[in-house]
Amino acid sequence: MSEQQGMFGAAGTGDTSGYGGLVHASVNPGSTERPYGGYFDQLADDLERAYPDFSDAITKVVVDRGELTLHIKKERLVEVAQILRDKLLFEQCMGVSGVHYPDRKGAELVAVYPLLSMTKNQRIRLEVATSELDAHIPSLVEVWGGNNWHERETFDMFGIVFDGHPGLTRILMPDDWDGHPQRKDYPLGGIAVEYKGATTPAPSNRRSYK
Amino acid sequence: MSEKSTTFDPYASSRETTEGTVYSVTGGDWDSLVSEIGEAKEERIIVNMGPQHPSTHGVLRLVLELEGETVTEVRPGIGYLHTGIEKNMEYRSWTQGTTFATRMDYLAPVFNETAYCLAVEKLLGITDQVPERASIIRVLMMELNRISSHMVALGTGALELGAMGPMFFAFRERELVLDTFEAITGLRMNMAYVRPGGVAQDLPEGMTVRLRELVTTLRKNFKDNERLLVGNTIWMKRTEGIGYLDLAGCTTLGITGPVLRSTGLPWDLRKMQPYCGYENYEFDVITADTCDVYGRFLIRMAELEQSLRIIEQAITKLDATHGQPVMVADKKIAWPAQLALGADGLGNSLDHIREIMGTSMESLIHHFKLVTEGFRVPAGQVYAAVESPRGELAAHIVSDGGTRPYRAHFREPSFNNLQSTSAMSEGGMVADIIGAVASIDPVMGGVDR
Repeated sequence: MSEQQGMFGAAGTGDTSGYGGLVHASVNPGSTERPYGGYFDQLADDLERAYPDFSDAITKVVVDRGELTLHIKKERLVEVAQILRDKLLFEQCMGVSGVHYPDRKGAELVAVYPLLSMTKNQRIRLEVATSELDAHIPSLVEVWGGNNWHERETFDMFGIVFDGHPGLTRILMPDDWDGHPQRKDYPLGGIAVEYKGATTPAPSNRRSYK
Repeated sequence: MSEKSTTFDPYASSRETTEGTVYSVTGGDWDSLVSEIGEAKEERIIVNMGPQHPSTHGVLRLVLELEGETVTEVRPGIGYLHTGIEKNMEYRSWTQGTTFATRMDYLAPVFNETAYCLAVEKLLGITDQVPERASIIRVLMMELNRISSHMVALGTGALELGAMGPMFFAFRERELVLDTFEAITGLRMNMAYVRPGGVAQDLPEGMTVRLRELVTTLRKNFKDNERLLVGNTIWMKRTEGIGYLDLAGCTTLGITGPVLRSTGLPWDLRKMQPYCGYENYEFDVITADTCDVYGRFLIRMAELEQSLRIIEQAITKLDATHGQPVMVADKKIAWPAQLALGADGLGNSLDHIREIMGTSMESLIHHFKLVTEGFRVPAGQVYAAVESPRGELAAHIVSDGGTRPYRAHFREPSFNNLQSTSAMSEGGMVADIIGAVASIDPVMGGVDR
């Protein structure tokens, strides 16, 4: 008797067409060359003028699908954010979204900050990467107070520690939870439920269609 | 005190801890609690309000520190409705993602779907190919949804401050809108009607007639609530100057929506960064300059009329585009069959079944691949925002080129705006917290996702 795993007893991806075996290279977009188009050129000029260390702090500028992303060294994040808020009038940060790329060695965890300037009606995005082994990124709560809960959520879900946050605790998961659910190595389901002494197995272990 | 030690009351018990005495209060026993705390000679008490409290908008927990009746600190506790929607979406196809997204903010399902679908369409590069009629239907559904959502905000907000009448009227109007949703999509809530590339199906025959009647009825009925609350002395005493948050506070806390517009800034994404063809509709952005609960209430009341205006224009456009497609023409993305209501009351497409089962093997393969595996989306990341009833609702979606989202994150206005509870309530009276929270209009399904 061979061992079967998962639902429906399918092995691998369950793909029966054969096309599922095609191999795709993971995409890691390179830097975009000028002109960026739209208001992005003007914005980059303004930022270079307001921030002399631009070329040192910003590792990559990507324009994709009409959106501008500035990739920033994490040590310089607070400086750049302060300049963007005060000099380039990005009054609002719309939060933090974490992304986990286990294949990008040394830069597995990424924090993405969408910024909005109401004065100029513009949007840009900041991206900061850090290693899983040293998952620390400076907090932006001092710059945009509204990032408080967003950083707590990203800490909760990805385990990114935002240095300087006034109270970095879990926000959505229970305080005593183990692990960070949005990481790619964290399984969906897989958690047994205990209630009044009885244990209900996790959905992934509950039934087997064999 | 002595009574307490001799008889055990399961609904109003107290116990000693290292932090001091802890009382359980369940309502109706407030007098006995007050007399007991009076004996304790301690003015500073900490109250756990919620997570199961009728006036905190669902499972929201507020930890309050009180000096007498003055609030010195408010700490909102959330996460009681966390369902892992973002994680789940990584395990489902791009089309199935709509079904998850719609369940986040359960009072504004159409906005969740639209934000998600706009992001997916941007990733696919098909934003310009979405048919005009599909965009009109999206606008129609969003504005209907804005009405039903504002009705809950107004109705429950009034109920929480002690006015029961407005709630009856508000829910009467909401019911009319939900019935319309049911007629169009088959479901009252969580309808997963907006899909990447368009909408799931066209409006049923004769729908525009019914919509015109709905607009007339709603416009007449909205007056009932207006007469009850606008200018009402008691209502104004409970809401004027309460929950104050000015423009600087809103900006630093990332606040959008009616709370931001109550500071006088006319920021509305429908005007500033139009999507779904909002630039083709005439409507006004409503503001107030009072920065308080009453201003936010007036904004929501006035936005109802603006939504009706947009709906009327959408109905005219729908009549003009009758019979046009509601899904992109690209058969590698569009759902293979356009379902129609059959005589048996079930949705089906007999022509399509005849084709895939009887005539074309390739059609069958295509149908099977698209429905089970789904379409692929080119790698990259996008951010797409819509103006939901509560503010900027945005989807940050990352694709690695596969048939499922690599990462789906939603910037929920409820989640962000709930942070302002402390700024609005600290230093005020404990009873005013309720009004302040109601004016933020948080929906915990959206907050916790």
